[in-house]
Amino acid sequence: MRNKKLVDYSKYGYIFAIPFMLTFLIFTLYPVLYTFVIGFTDLKGAGNTEWHFLPSVGKNLFQNFKEVLTSQTFHKAFRNTWIIWIMNFIPQIGFALLFTAWFTDRRSKVKGQGLFKILFYMPNIITAATIAILFTKLFGYPKGAVNDLLNSLAALFGKTRDNYDYQNNEWPVKIVVAFIQFFQWYGHTMVNLIAGVIGISPEIFEAAEIDGANRVQTFFKITIPCIRQIMLFVLVTSLIGGLNMFDIPQLYIGTRANNAALTTNMYIKNQAFAGSYMYNRSAAASVILFIIIVALSSILFYILRDKDEAKLKKLRKQELRAARKGL
Amino acid sequence: MSDNTIKMSSIKKNETWLKVVIYIVSIFFSLMTLFPFVMMIANSFKSTYEIQQSTLTLWSAHPFQNLAKNWHIINSKDFHPFTGFLNSFIVATCSTILNVYFSALTAYAITAYEWKLRDAFNGMIIAIMMIPSTVTTIGFYQMVYKLGLVNKLSMLIIPSIAAPMTVFFMRQYLQASLSMEIVQSARIDGAGEFRIFNQIVVPLMKPAIATQAIFAYVGSWNNLFMPLILLTDKDKKTLPVMVSLLNGDIYKKEYGSVYLGLLITVLPLIVVYAFLSRYIVEGVALGGVKS
Repeated sequence: MRNKKLVDYSKYGYIFAIPFMLTFLIFTLYPVLYTFVIGFTDLKGAGNTEWHFLPSVGKNLFQNFKEVLTSQTFHKAFRNTWIIWIMNFIPQIGFALLFTAWFTDRRSKVKGQGLFKILFYMPNIITAATIAILFTKLFGYPKGAVNDLLNSLAALFGKTRDNYDYQNNEWPVKIVVAFIQFFQWYGHTMVNLIAGVIGISPEIFEAAEIDGANRVQTFFKITIPCIRQIMLFVLVTSLIGGLNMFDIPQLYIGTRANNAALTTNMYIKNQAFAGSYMYNRSAAASVILFIIIVALSSILFYILRDKDEAKLKKLRKQELRAARKGL
Repeated sequence: MSDNTIKMSSIKKNETWLKVVIYIVSIFFSLMTLFPFVMMIANSFKSTYEIQQSTLTLWSAHPFQNLAKNWHIINSKDFHPFTGFLNSFIVATCSTILNVYFSALTAYAITAYEWKLRDAFNGMIIAIMMIPSTVTTIGFYQMVYKLGLVNKLSMLIIPSIAAPMTVFFMRQYLQASLSMEIVQSARIDGAGEFRIFNQIVVPLMKPAIATQAIFAYVGSWNNLFMPLILLTDKDKKTLPVMVSLLNGDIYKKEYGSVYLGLLITVLPLIVVYAFLSRYIVEGVALGGVKS
């Protein structure tokens, strides 16, 4: 800054950052550390706040972590979370890419795409809790809109069908939960990807067109490599969100259907705020989840950074080669 | 020449086919999106008997009578839409104001001043974004419980002062749009740093503040996890917590009123979306590209 020597303004940087810092220390950092500590204690029981470290009550320090890691229910919750996330993410990114390709295509300008975008994005702002319960009713048995719809479709073809209970078997429950996640998020992903494509310089597309590349070639060889960053951003945020999945499975089915859609976050909540109020075990589980998320995001960020550096190196080499040729 | 025209016409044919496919799929997805909401609205106007006949019919014999009856049923049990609405309104409004104001302030601190710990602070904000809310839950609950602040809406509001995502976005915006010359000339005119922020920088940041405010508001309005844990008093429940009651046994046979309850909770969101959808969709796009 030019006036730096006249007046030192740097102290305002600290002053203006104080509210954020204080709030973060009190409401995030302290609770996180507290959660870590509780994971090593005997804290349980509704309304209890007194705790002792496990060794002082004659137990292994890692008892809670051991219990969580060997618990069948936790294993199931962990598996479910991944299965549901994958079943939602693959079609989500697939359809988002498809619509992105269609809506950004320069040759066939799709009319009404503004309206489609707005409609596809809408479920994302609606309360997840509401959407989950709405789907509980729509997939209801014996009476529900989906059963009614399929019955009338069957009647169109002169057939009859029996009502199906979607909420009683493991796979239908998982599939519907994954579908609701998909329903809420594909529009969001699509809008992100479209923004990425619009950001690509039009000259690249023009050049491809002149070179005679068809639509499919242009999309796979130019569009996708150019929006790789945004796709990774979508992947990382979706993964973190997916591993924290709670509202939809909790309210769509809860622990019914033999824990068919129990997620790790539901497990954490149920351990601490239901049954015997095992705050310690719940804390241990959330620390485990935290470690997994940090590890996964670090790996993804590492891959992302590495590739960029590789790309830069490649570019530099090309430039060097070009320079040499020019000489 | 003729060869060329055949080629052209076949390309045109393909073009038409592609367009037909695009429209069919897009319209199918639009219907899929609208279907649950249409069902929700239609069934709010129906009696339990009518819903048992068919969920799909869009009209009822006595729509307004049924609506009144469903409304009565819903209010006679644990679901109190107005209480939930008011609580959600207080929490979402207050936390949005705190969120955007202090995020703008923090972003300004990072962008406009050169201080020793600035880069460390900036890096920390990006690291914080990765902390999943779950890992704060148990510790936060214990802290709040010890202080006797369970069932206080302020415990859902004050933490929004530190919103790393919003800071991150606003910093991006400021870096692109803040010119230090304006700040300098205000200094020469004798304005204090705090006044410069409030009277020059905040108006300058209006577009970013508006976008972030919408997302903060929607996020806070829809939040279920924390309120579900903290709010046990029935007068303090926010709408999403209230909604979770609709899944309980007390409403098992009251199909119509469950749909009506759901409709009430999303009505404000649908109205807001109807007016702001363009800005919201643009805002999402902006956030994604910048991040």
